Amino acid sequence: MVNGFLLDLSMNYEPLTMNKFKDKDIQVIIGWILRGGVMVSMIFVFIGGIFFVYRHGHSIPDYKTFKGVPAFISSFSDILNGIATFKGQAIIQLGIIILIATPVIRVAFSAIGFLLEKDYLYIFITLIVLLIILASMISGHAG
Amino acid sequence: MSVIVFTIIVLLGSYFAGLLGSLTGLGGGFVIIPLLTLLLKVDIHYAIGASLVSVIATSSGSAAAYVKEGITNIRLGMFLEIATTAGAFTGAILAIYVPTHVIAIIFGLILIFSAVMSLRNKVEQIVHKETFLSKKLRLSGNYPMNDEMISYSVTNIAGGFFMMVFAGIISGLLGVGSGALKVVAMDGIMRIPFKVSTTTSNFMIGVTAAASAVVYLQRGYIHPGIAMPVVIGVLLGAVSGSKILVHTSSSKWLRWTFAIVVTVLSIQMIYNGIKGNI
Repeated sequence: MVNGFLLDLSMNYEPLTMNKFKDKDIQVIIGWILRGGVMVSMIFVFIGGIFFVYRHGHSIPDYKTFKGVPAFISSFSDILNGIATFKGQAIIQLGIIILIATPVIRVAFSAIGFLLEKDYLYIFITLIVLLIILASMISGHAG
Repeated sequence: MSVIVFTIIVLLGSYFAGLLGSLTGLGGGFVIIPLLTLLLKVDIHYAIGASLVSVIATSSGSAAAYVKEGITNIRLGMFLEIATTAGAFTGAILAIYVPTHVIAIIFGLILIFSAVMSLRNKVEQIVHKETFLSKKLRLSGNYPMNDEMISYSVTNIAGGFFMMVFAGIISGLLGVGSGALKVVAMDGIMRIPFKVSTTTSNFMIGVTAAASAVVYLQRGYIHPGIAMPVVIGVLLGAVSGSKILVHTSSSKWLRWTFAIVVTVLSIQMIYNGIKGNI
């Protein structure tokens, strides 16, 4: 079902008509963003994972009761500080943030595609989607 | 259990979850959450957070391939993403207040429903009649199949939209892609051809999961020590699954195996939920 999953980099197809051309172009960019975002994030998660397991491999974690995440990765600036000191969990968390951002960036790029086509209705629809995600982000932060 | 043992067990479990999820189309989350909560006694919020992250990885990875083939209906996806992201936002907020054992029971019920859906023989009905909304929103499209273009239109858009809100809520509450519900909305209600509905649903899953993941991330539900082996394992499993599928065409026995595994897991989730163990 999923033929060219991630690793298939060939992008050879013919645009059907001139009208369809821009649509296809945007599809290539969207595919590229999705694949690139997943790959970059996985590199961070993997490297962070190696640091984490190497340093804390023999400690006993307690995931049975919910306690949130360690303080040194509870905000974005803390995560960046943690990366500067090669903290494995901070590197993993940055990878995860990149991963979560990937489909959101995809949505933002679709807006540019619709703008090129002068499809104002769909620019509007795309902006609503982005606003909902933004609202979600703010509400998570506020709580 | 030490970090290293936990990481190895979760990596292996997630690999098989990703493999099965990709082969059956149900997604990896449905195996990951029972594995983490029932077997490894991980708090369900952590399990949901990790599963959600893996859902974004697999759906983005495979959407990249689908979009390229030109089957995905990007306009339809974008329009319905209003419904799924709004639902996911609601679901993520609900997850904070709904007791964990209730989440486990809902999880089990949705899991059974998805297993049944994956076994059902589907009948395709393509509609060609344009409605006011389908014309206004430019939702009709065409897709290539055996060197010819098959055109289709979309019906009952309002009904499909509301079903998508529900799919979004479930995705945000349980940390799964809720692909089965999205397919109900698209095949069942809106009469979209299977190829288009599967790829477009997959295309939407990443954004839907991201909308609730931003809440989970800030609430501390996404723990790097758990999410790391889950996301790596599920993604590698899904990649392997996509390679296998190229070679084998019949996957009926696999669907049955998976449906049985999933039913056993869901009964476990419901039982433990009712007993208050989760």
